Amino acid sequence: MTIKSILAGATLALGVASGAMADSHQTKVGFVFVGPVGDGGWTYEHNQGRLAVEAEFGDAVETVFVESVPEGPDAERVMTQMALGGADLIFTTSFGYMDPTMNVAAKFPDVKFEHATGFKRADNVSTYSARFYEGRAVQGLIAGSMTKSNIVGYIGSFPIPEVIRGINSAYIQAKAVNPDVEFKIVWAYTWFDPAKEAEAATVLIEQGADVILQHTDSTAPQAAAQAAGNVVTFGQASDMAEFGPFPRVSSIIDNWSPYYIARTKAVMDGTWTSTDTWDGIGAGMVGIGDITDAVPSDVKAAAEALRDSLADGSYHAFTGPVNKQDGSAWLADGETADDGTLAGMNFYVEGITGDIPQ
Amino acid sequence: MIQLEKRPEPSRAWAFATPLLAVLLTMLFGGMLFALLGKNPVETIRTIFLDPLFSEFAWYYRPQLLVKGAPLVLIAIGLSFGFRAGIWNIGAEGQYIVGAICGAGVGLAFYPMDLRLIFPLMVIAGAIGGTLWAMIPGLLRVKFGTNEILVSLMLVYVAEQLLASMALGTMRNPDGMGFPGSRNLAQYPSAANLELIAGSGMHWGVVAAFIAVIFAYITLSRHIFGFQVRLSGQGPRAAVFAGVNPNRMILICLGISGALAGMAGLFEVAGPAGQISIDFNVGYGFTAIIVAFLGRLHPIGILLAGGLMALTYIGGEIAQSNLGLPGAAIQLLQGMLLFFLLAVDLLTNYRIKFKTGEAV
Repeated sequence: MTIKSILAGATLALGVASGAMADSHQTKVGFVFVGPVGDGGWTYEHNQGRLAVEAEFGDAVETVFVESVPEGPDAERVMTQMALGGADLIFTTSFGYMDPTMNVAAKFPDVKFEHATGFKRADNVSTYSARFYEGRAVQGLIAGSMTKSNIVGYIGSFPIPEVIRGINSAYIQAKAVNPDVEFKIVWAYTWFDPAKEAEAATVLIEQGADVILQHTDSTAPQAAAQAAGNVVTFGQASDMAEFGPFPRVSSIIDNWSPYYIARTKAVMDGTWTSTDTWDGIGAGMVGIGDITDAVPSDVKAAAEALRDSLADGSYHAFTGPVNKQDGSAWLADGETADDGTLAGMNFYVEGITGDIPQ
Repeated sequence: MIQLEKRPEPSRAWAFATPLLAVLLTMLFGGMLFALLGKNPVETIRTIFLDPLFSEFAWYYRPQLLVKGAPLVLIAIGLSFGFRAGIWNIGAEGQYIVGAICGAGVGLAFYPMDLRLIFPLMVIAGAIGGTLWAMIPGLLRVKFGTNEILVSLMLVYVAEQLLASMALGTMRNPDGMGFPGSRNLAQYPSAANLELIAGSGMHWGVVAAFIAVIFAYITLSRHIFGFQVRLSGQGPRAAVFAGVNPNRMILICLGISGALAGMAGLFEVAGPAGQISIDFNVGYGFTAIIVAFLGRLHPIGILLAGGLMALTYIGGEIAQSNLGLPGAAIQLLQGMLLFFLLAVDLLTNYRIKFKTGEAV
């Protein structure tokens, strides 16, 4: 065997190797979903973000996902499996994936992780969330204006800061337009369980609520309200426009697409760094769905004005004077809440009755 | 014309063959389902049933099979005693939760003490918790003749509320920034149920599952209690004449299944799950019912069935991720497995006769 043929062989091997390299250069992005992609709410919108990534980069990316992954050891296995399968970037899209994400990220330092709504970060773990409470403020204004019984029902998922923030934000605006308004809160202890959610909605309607806000992901409460006939609802996470123009009069829409595209791009460019993102209406991460004609035009105008002032930053959803539920002062006149307090919010504002489950 | 003729004795050959037949039928019809979904059926079935065992990353999946299968086997073994005796404990999920709460409670009470005794105490507490929870339907049945199916099932929902209350209140991690969930027991060495050999997946729960299989095998085939269990199921009146106290049998069977389910919960919360959280339970207690029947209520069968069920879970995740199969298709496949098992069960007790028209 001559030197030449060895060299030729080596060149060939190199060529094959670089060919394989080019192939594996396709960026692989994994998504771990807590519900089914057809939930019509939270997971549906995350999946829309995934599809947007595919549409943006075409063949340069490959996306994979696993749906309905329980929060715990199963999530850890799914993430590990994705990392082993060559994922470069993994979005874990539920709060309960926090510790599993941290555990798996520690084992795969070269894989980037993005955990939604959590607070633990590492060199290869970013966190991101949306300021849903801004959308809740707009809902609260409409809810306070629309209720005739002055009872607003609220379906909470889990009593975690994100949900409590939403309740407080909605209540503050509802109270501002309707001092007699009262919130009745039911905890469903689930993100997605159509049966439980429908039951919660029915209970609230029976207790006199004629407006229902939901922080769970299915459209079951919408259907329950539709059956009741005179109850107002809001789309949650997704537009849920199929229930418009009534009972669904508006919605909060999570729009993850720009963020997912930007982060995927950062991985492709090698510029990805660990960050903490918390964007609201202004950045487009939170959208307010079309306010239908079932809402009186003056209320609609006020709601849109609130939306715009939240978007341009001229107004903060938590602006003093606001007291805590026990009457102690929280925000002085004109003072706005800092992100740290909001992130760990575990108290109701003054006027909300009932206790946060302990 | 096809007729069914009852066999004088259940066929032993078919008793072994039907689970295998059910698996094959599931593969066949599952494959057709996947084909309708536009997936390559052979590749999909291979991914679900073989990839966890033989693929490139099998070194990771094989230990995971133990982690996923152990609680199923442990609970199913407990259930099999009652099911054989005609006592229907459908609420193993609740006993699993309460066992986890009691065991974790003991561990958290000792935090941050460094004592080797803590983990054994937690295991005992888990078993006691599960037993006590199972005693509720047991005593109600014995004293008031209530239906243990309904009571044990309803108590699952009570246990879930209890779990939520623990995660949000009593057991909430004081250093958890206001978020629900207890301290992570897996990070507390004295209470942690870690892998005994790194990377093997072998934790104490897996060991306990194997011991339970052996224990159940000996009890059912060699011990008088096993005979009484079988007798109670096949002929309750005969059992009474043979000196079996039906009430005692109910309490013992529910106690065994409660204890094993409680221990499974404890091993899970101290190990793979790590903490008491609102949605800590993921349905092992219900899946174990399928495992028990798939394994024909026989300890060795249950061991194999637990492995098979774990395989479909893990393989199902791989198929979702690699082949884009919807999650619901995997659940359908698991449902099919039980459906076919119950359907072909007919062959054990009946003979199929093909007759020509003259009988009409």
